[in-house]
Amino acid sequence: MSRPRALGRLVLYVLVGGLLGGLLFPFYWAVRSSLTPNSALFTTPLEYWPSAPTLEHYQRVLRDGQFLRALLNSALVAGAVTVLSLAIGALGAYALGRFRFRGRLPVLYLVLSMTMFPQIAVLGALYTMITWLGLYNTLWALILTYLIFTLPFTIWVLTVFFASLPRELEEAAYVDGATPLQAFYLVLLPLVAPGLVTTGLLAFIAAWNEFLYALSFTQTPDQRTVPVAIFAFSPQTGGGFEVPWGQMMAATVLVTLPLVALTFVFQRRILAGLTTGAVKG
Amino acid sequence: MPNAAQAQRYQGVQLTYYGDSVGIGAELDQQLGARFTQDTGIAVRVIPRPQSASEAYATYLRFFQARSAAIDVLLIDIIWPGAFAPHLLDLRPFCAGEIDQFYPALIANNTVADRLVALPWFADVGLLYYRVDLLERYGFAAPPATWEELEVQARRIVAGERAANPVFTGYVFQGNAYEGLTCNALEWLASVGGGRILERGRVTIANPAAAAILDQARGWVGLIAPRGVTTYQEDDARNVFQAGNAAFMRNWPYAYALAAGPASRVAGRFGVAPLPAAPGQPRVGTAGGQQLAVCQYSRAPEAAVELVRYLTSAPVQVYRALRGSFLPTRPAVAADPRVLAAEPFLGPLQAVERVTRPARDAGARYNQVSTAFFQGVNQVLNGADAVQLLPRVARRIERALA
Amino acid sequence: MSEVVVPRPRVPTAGAPRAGAPSLAARQARLAWLLLSPSLTVVLLVAIFPLVQTVVLSLTTARLASPEPARFVGLSNYAALLGDYLFWQSIGVTLQFAVITVSGEFVLGLFIALLVNAQFRGRGLVRAAMLVPWAIPTVIAAQMWKWMYHDVYGVVNDLLVATLGVLPANVAWLADPTTALAVVALVDIWKTTPFVALLLLAGLQVIPEELYEAARVDGASALQQLVQITLPLLRPAILVALVFRTLDALRVFDVFYVMFGERPDTMTMAIYNQETIVAFADVGYGAAISMVIFLIIGICVVAYVTLLRVEAP
Repeated sequence: MSRPRALGRLVLYVLVGGLLGGLLFPFYWAVRSSLTPNSALFTTPLEYWPSAPTLEHYQRVLRDGQFLRALLNSALVAGAVTVLSLAIGALGAYALGRFRFRGRLPVLYLVLSMTMFPQIAVLGALYTMITWLGLYNTLWALILTYLIFTLPFTIWVLTVFFASLPRELEEAAYVDGATPLQAFYLVLLPLVAPGLVTTGLLAFIAAWNEFLYALSFTQTPDQRTVPVAIFAFSPQTGGGFEVPWGQMMAATVLVTLPLVALTFVFQRRILAGLTTGAVKG
Repeated sequence: MPNAAQAQRYQGVQLTYYGDSVGIGAELDQQLGARFTQDTGIAVRVIPRPQSASEAYATYLRFFQARSAAIDVLLIDIIWPGAFAPHLLDLRPFCAGEIDQFYPALIANNTVADRLVALPWFADVGLLYYRVDLLERYGFAAPPATWEELEVQARRIVAGERAANPVFTGYVFQGNAYEGLTCNALEWLASVGGGRILERGRVTIANPAAAAILDQARGWVGLIAPRGVTTYQEDDARNVFQAGNAAFMRNWPYAYALAAGPASRVAGRFGVAPLPAAPGQPRVGTAGGQQLAVCQYSRAPEAAVELVRYLTSAPVQVYRALRGSFLPTRPAVAADPRVLAAEPFLGPLQAVERVTRPARDAGARYNQVSTAFFQGVNQVLNGADAVQLLPRVARRIERALA
Repeated sequence: MSEVVVPRPRVPTAGAPRAGAPSLAARQARLAWLLLSPSLTVVLLVAIFPLVQTVVLSLTTARLASPEPARFVGLSNYAALLGDYLFWQSIGVTLQFAVITVSGEFVLGLFIALLVNAQFRGRGLVRAAMLVPWAIPTVIAAQMWKWMYHDVYGVVNDLLVATLGVLPANVAWLADPTTALAVVALVDIWKTTPFVALLLLAGLQVIPEELYEAARVDGASALQQLVQITLPLLRPAILVALVFRTLDALRVFDVFYVMFGERPDTMTMAIYNQETIVAFADVGYGAAISMVIFLIIGICVVAYVTLLRVEAP
């Protein structure tokens, strides 16, 4: 290997190392803190790894049945939102990306405008709507309202993907006697799989992490999602001033690991090259 | 149960009680609700209110806006009676005999336009925590009685401790731009004759004593208080003190049990005292805590009042003091030897005059008043000049009340 | 050559199939609206209704749960906004933040996407690691970073001062106005670069390998390939990433609120909005603020689309 190549390689690995360090440091800190007893969490000098590691935070988190329930709730909501966004969004993006019709541009902007309000601005109106529909304190309230921020980028990203496919594909399908919907389902949809996986992942995680609506539209602990539940851990004292850090960090670690594993597995499918050979210049 | 006989008249009624959101308070709420049901036959559904104070405030407002009968009894912050008064039931006709068994300052805080809209349930007062061992080591006989004394003591202790511990600091308090700063700054003002922000409808903060103490507080930041104190809330200050990195701390009583507990480095080495004050001025602490109220739109107001009377009764307050270190709102309970043993800080607390924030006078505009105030104080702590800033803050408060 | 379609005026291009009889176009349009109907239903429910309510409220003096009835006051809320110094200050803070974070995330996100797309050892690790910031809930991450930046017991200070000796004394990163914005921007860049990276990565996947092969045969260097093949073909994905990241940056709330509370010099538009609507219960004035924020964001979106369209060949 030539000198400049080797040097370039070295620089690359240094950059990658720095990148990994920056990305992962807070997670390492969460792991470290989740294993640190309360007596050593905020003391100085800092312990980069606890001298007396403890599992008590994890035990308290798991003993509390409400956290596990919150995990289930989050999984249900995020899953449902993702499926709905992809279904509704893919159909809409197909129309916006492959058809020509008056009103195409206004619809794209209208969809985008959904995300142009601060969350708090629409909270009051959404609350009214949710109570009117009888969905207050149910997971359906969250599934419906999360579409506000998952649907716009799902539609936009998939529109770009659909539009980038060659015209000839549909022509070929029509020649073979397919209806537009069949062309969509059998020919085009598989080709935008990277877009589907990406927007699905982003929608899932966005729904998973959402806090304000989850806090506002649920009332009882059994309807809480993960972010709300993490802030509801019981401190030892009353008055609401104490922040139970150890438990919160344990819960964060418990939640992040499976999420990363899940998305890692799904990402493989993007990089497996589902589009080999089908997309031509 | 004291009012069991009376309450049993409403057997079979279902009440919804929005209580404490997390922790020991929520646990006790469940227990007390169950006990009440057992003794009276009135079903109580205990719902933890939203964790964040602003979210709970907004939730209650939404229910009131809809004139909803979904809540019967609600747990409200000490600064909310003024804002919620139109929507709460007047409790005086029901509790006339018991009213003088509570601390007068708290009852006055909950009385809006001659209507008692909430009963005080548990109290909080701002206190000075100090390191007994450090005072001894540096030759101070007693905790500081004036702010100047605090500065002197803190400076000497910091100078001595910094060599071994570079992050050691003198005085930690709550300086972040939030309601807690209003509590801290009110203590500063009231302890030097600087007024209490709003008095008899007039904004009184633009006075020389107030400007002087705020400028003095600005001088602490970076010298005897850490530069980051303007971002500290209650637990940030507690963590620093509990790790042994501060000589003095201003905080609520909740920190006592934690600082004396097994996870603390200062257990057995600290004490509490009233906050310092200018010579001749009262030793004050801002009153915090929660109150219990009955919603106007409740479909079972009498039963709801019985629940409130039960929860605020002396036996229940003793129970909560022993189990959860909650401060009682009845002087008689605070003098109970069992409670005194469980809450040692009650002793020094007797010498503290409770000063309440002007929430009752400001009514529904209190949050705007408080925000204008704590934003101004936060700016002073971060370097602005109080003499110039206070008149502007006063004008903002006046505009908010208009 | 495939058409790269982003919002553009409708101009029939040479490669487009000739629409036959007008009825085909009409059928197409009908089908398109049918396919869009679920999306439009959602938009109606969760967007149009709140929008209408916000507009109406902004013209009144409505306060939540106030015994006084709301009065119609026309545009006086907006007039008051014009003279509201705190609101203008918050716009400035938010715009500064948006510029810093969006450019930082774009550069870093592009780097990561190119990295993960290429073949090299350790690529799997980067792929997994890049999702970690995104997977931690924002409110938790903000609290963690606030703790890590603490001036007494924070790990950032401990690393820089005690362990590495780079700085002489602990710095109050959040309290000091000169470092506050940089710190919170860093946190946001850490948190949301994965979003940009994932979008750009998906865009990279659809660029045909043959183009790169042809370029390599012609003797193009890696840099030339990047500039002449990758970036132009990535433009639609870049547009989407920039638009959505900017939208989110202009509406930023959680990170600032957790770290600074309602401190005036670090108040964003969304925090000011929240403070007015929730803490002050002033829903009329708050609705006016929401409308102005909506307008500002709208202007930014239009600016993006115009700029990126103008650059197209």
